[in-house]
Amino acid sequence: MVSGDVTMAQAASTYRIQGATGEWEVVIGLEVHAQITSNAKLFSGASTTFGAEPNANVSLVDAAMPGMLPVPNAECIRQAVRTGLALGAEIHRWSRFDRKNYFYADLPQGYQISQLYHPLVGEGSLVIEADEKAGIPTPKTIGIERLHVEQDAGKLIHDQHPTRSYVDLNRSGVALMEIVSRPDMRSPAEAGAYVRKLRSILRYVGSCDGNMEEGSMRADVNVSVRRPGEPFGTRTETKNVNSVRFVMAAIEHEANRQVDVIEGGGAIVQETRLFDPDKGVTRSMRSKEDAHDYRYFPDPDLLPLELSEAFVEECRAGLPELPDAKRARYEGVLGLTPYAAGVLTADVAVARWFEALLAATGKDGAEVAKAASNWLISDLFGALNRLGKSIDESPVSPAQGAELLGLVADGTLSGSLAKQVFEIMLETGDDPARIVEERGLKQTTDTGAIEAVIAEVLAANAEKVAEYRGGKDKLFGFFVGQTMKAMAGKANPGVVNDLLKKALG
Amino acid sequence: MSDLTDFGVTALRDGFRKGDFSAREAADAFIGAMEAGRPLNAFLVETPDHAIAAAEEADRGRAVGELRALSGVPLGIKDLFCTAGYQTTAASHILEGFVPTYESTVTAKLFGAGAGMLGKLNLDQFAMGSSNETSAYGNVISPWRRAGDSAPIAPGGSSGGSSAAIAARLAPAATGTDTGGSIRQPAAFTGISGIKPTYGRCSRWGIVAFASSLDQAGAMARDVRDCAILLEAMSGFDAKDATSLDVAVPRWEANLSSNLNGKKVGIPKEYRVDGMPAEIEALWERGIGFLRDAGAEIVDVSLPHTRQALPAYYIIAPAEASSNLARYDGVRYGLRVLPDGANLQDMYAATRAEGFGPEVKRRILIGTYVLSAGFYDAYYTKAQKVRALIARDFEAAWASCDLLLTPTAPSAAFALGEKTADPIAMYLNDVFTVPASLAGLPAMSVPGGLDAQGLPLGLQIIGKPLDEQSVLDAGLAIEERAGFSARAETWW
Repeated sequence: MVSGDVTMAQAASTYRIQGATGEWEVVIGLEVHAQITSNAKLFSGASTTFGAEPNANVSLVDAAMPGMLPVPNAECIRQAVRTGLALGAEIHRWSRFDRKNYFYADLPQGYQISQLYHPLVGEGSLVIEADEKAGIPTPKTIGIERLHVEQDAGKLIHDQHPTRSYVDLNRSGVALMEIVSRPDMRSPAEAGAYVRKLRSILRYVGSCDGNMEEGSMRADVNVSVRRPGEPFGTRTETKNVNSVRFVMAAIEHEANRQVDVIEGGGAIVQETRLFDPDKGVTRSMRSKEDAHDYRYFPDPDLLPLELSEAFVEECRAGLPELPDAKRARYEGVLGLTPYAAGVLTADVAVARWFEALLAATGKDGAEVAKAASNWLISDLFGALNRLGKSIDESPVSPAQGAELLGLVADGTLSGSLAKQVFEIMLETGDDPARIVEERGLKQTTDTGAIEAVIAEVLAANAEKVAEYRGGKDKLFGFFVGQTMKAMAGKANPGVVNDLLKKALG
Repeated sequence: MSDLTDFGVTALRDGFRKGDFSAREAADAFIGAMEAGRPLNAFLVETPDHAIAAAEEADRGRAVGELRALSGVPLGIKDLFCTAGYQTTAASHILEGFVPTYESTVTAKLFGAGAGMLGKLNLDQFAMGSSNETSAYGNVISPWRRAGDSAPIAPGGSSGGSSAAIAARLAPAATGTDTGGSIRQPAAFTGISGIKPTYGRCSRWGIVAFASSLDQAGAMARDVRDCAILLEAMSGFDAKDATSLDVAVPRWEANLSSNLNGKKVGIPKEYRVDGMPAEIEALWERGIGFLRDAGAEIVDVSLPHTRQALPAYYIIAPAEASSNLARYDGVRYGLRVLPDGANLQDMYAATRAEGFGPEVKRRILIGTYVLSAGFYDAYYTKAQKVRALIARDFEAAWASCDLLLTPTAPSAAFALGEKTADPIAMYLNDVFTVPASLAGLPAMSVPGGLDAQGLPLGLQIIGKPLDEQSVLDAGLAIEERAGFSARAETWW
């Protein structure tokens, strides 16, 4: 969605660092590197499978053998354009690849092919949701300066030999999108929300799996501090932070460190830093003075990338419904609460599961959405949490879930019976109707049988019956409970209520 | 039977087809010449096994009526082309012992057309040079000598092994590559023909890169027809090279015609440089006469930015080279120098210091400098603007002519060692060839005559993009009229 359309007033963040000399505001910009989902690398046909044996996914091009040439992978470009469109960004019809030159053993060519001067995608934005508890009182638009496409480097392995380092080029040449935000964030929470939202959009688009543990997404965190209202201070850049939690921790530490330095009479040096997740601190890696001169220049092996209007329109037409639009639809059309809509749309896998569930009910979405949403958020999520599984690994399929909801809706199962059936489904993977059939868990509306049980319950609790009749209305629940218990939960609670009222006169 | 080494590509192909001789006989003749020609140092690696295998296959093919475009023709391959199973060094120590597992697109096409490989030809290291003196494996010596003088002469560069081998009849033809004149200038220096096609005609895949936006493979042979045959077999779209042109390869040989009726040939006045030897002037005039005689109309044209071409070239080419050569770092292949206690940076420094020759280092330094922060705009950006202006000059010229005629080089071949002390003097040798390279245009050199000392002089024809046909046609017209029959006497 074009988040630039959001006109709602945005409340400023109140996040402040309390220094010895007063309050400080934090200014944050993020450069997120997202691995493009593609079977092949950006400029070679080599595979991009994670977890392969070292140097198994290396082509002659990736190893920079003499005379080898890069050829752009159209799928990577398409995914980057789709991502740009999802961020409401300008797609540049003419862009170009540049070489960033530096020597390192994980960089076989001696340069990284990137885009400095003419990126593929220009200005865009995204909206982070309001989160009162996190100090984000209203949704906030975060500007995105640019998105460009570049190659990843390989990696060095230092712990295999006492005196040697090994080189693994599996990642060498893998396609990345670098998504550069404006310095629009003012608190660790906002930065965390930005990364989560960006991750959500990328997963919706399908251009990146967002898997931070496997390195599919990582962030360079730019932080500076200033007195509220004053111009930006000098920033530092903390490289390669690989989880939302670490991004927030790195900002918090770095901002506090900067305040300490300034209040101690020092000045912030523009430098590159590293985050140590074990200690929760950032450390200087290199200062601007010994920064590389990357000698960027247009890659002469590649022609400028020219996109036709038709190509861009095809990318636009192929975009799925994005999180903001989906959330609005869940609230507006399906009648879900903002909370439920938010939970169900944050991750594309959940939204897809939910929609498959609705579809499998065979009923109008608005009619069943509430029950489906409640069951998914409380029962299914609860179970998955307990089992340590993701929604994609759910032992219960959307069709089975829909069947279960149907059995509740038609009165076959009470709420508590449904929970029992669900537990059995989780264990056995069986369909709910079959479980109900085989285990006789169907709730009964046989008034004769219920009346007989009620008579027994009342006879066994004559004292309480007297108390109830004497005005202790609260005891009604006790009789319901006893009756249900005696019927092993299979009695229809509505029928039990009616018959009990009659019996107790 | 006459000596088969007197045969060029056409004669070998046709004689073989007619059954005058076997491919094996032709291969053996050239293998013998190659071995006898070792004093010229034209070949870095001899690959008689390859030539023989291809010849035997051609002979078997002929027996069952299978004839390919280059069946029966052995070739020399410039050692800038990666050849599967055969050492490829770009004449540099840094690639010593490097044996590619892959075949360059151009050599694969040639071998697929039935050609065999006699060997890998010497060149200026990484194709950087105009005399072949920057090779790490010793310079090539031209078969030509000045009249009454035995001083060794430069075969030109960088494709000097190719030019010398052809001129000395060690190979009927060879591949070359041209970045700023590396096919045309050595062709001119040795009295042979050489064509650099439009940038993008020949795939660069598998050719050791010097300057990617300029590098272009081409054909070198004894005459224009042979060049046409070879170039036809080398050219064609290759999806593995993003700068490859997706256009059909014309039938240059079949369409070859020296009738230039209706063609206009431009004479660019800016190529009349100060101090141009009278002999070169005279050669140019003769060339003009030949083309007029062939039916062409001669017109004066102006290419106003010609003077800026050489400086722009010597910024752009080194800039690209400085980056292209970064991969030679001792990590994955080729030379690795690892002093005791060396860390990664030390290894890079030691490997590259020992592996690269002085001219390569000079260009890496120049290239690194012109791309560095603070100098980029003044040098690289400006050079790119000049390049655009030069391309525009040519486009403007095409409004009034179809071809351009110029001398190939400002002088005949110089003696070895004569210009090594002054890199600028060496670079000036490229003054006439560089503009067409910067504009990516097809251009060829054909022999026009001899200078007073008996050394060959070449004429350059430059054509419109993709109009190799007109270039070859004009080359043929000159060839027919120049009657260039001189050849180097065998002294080796």
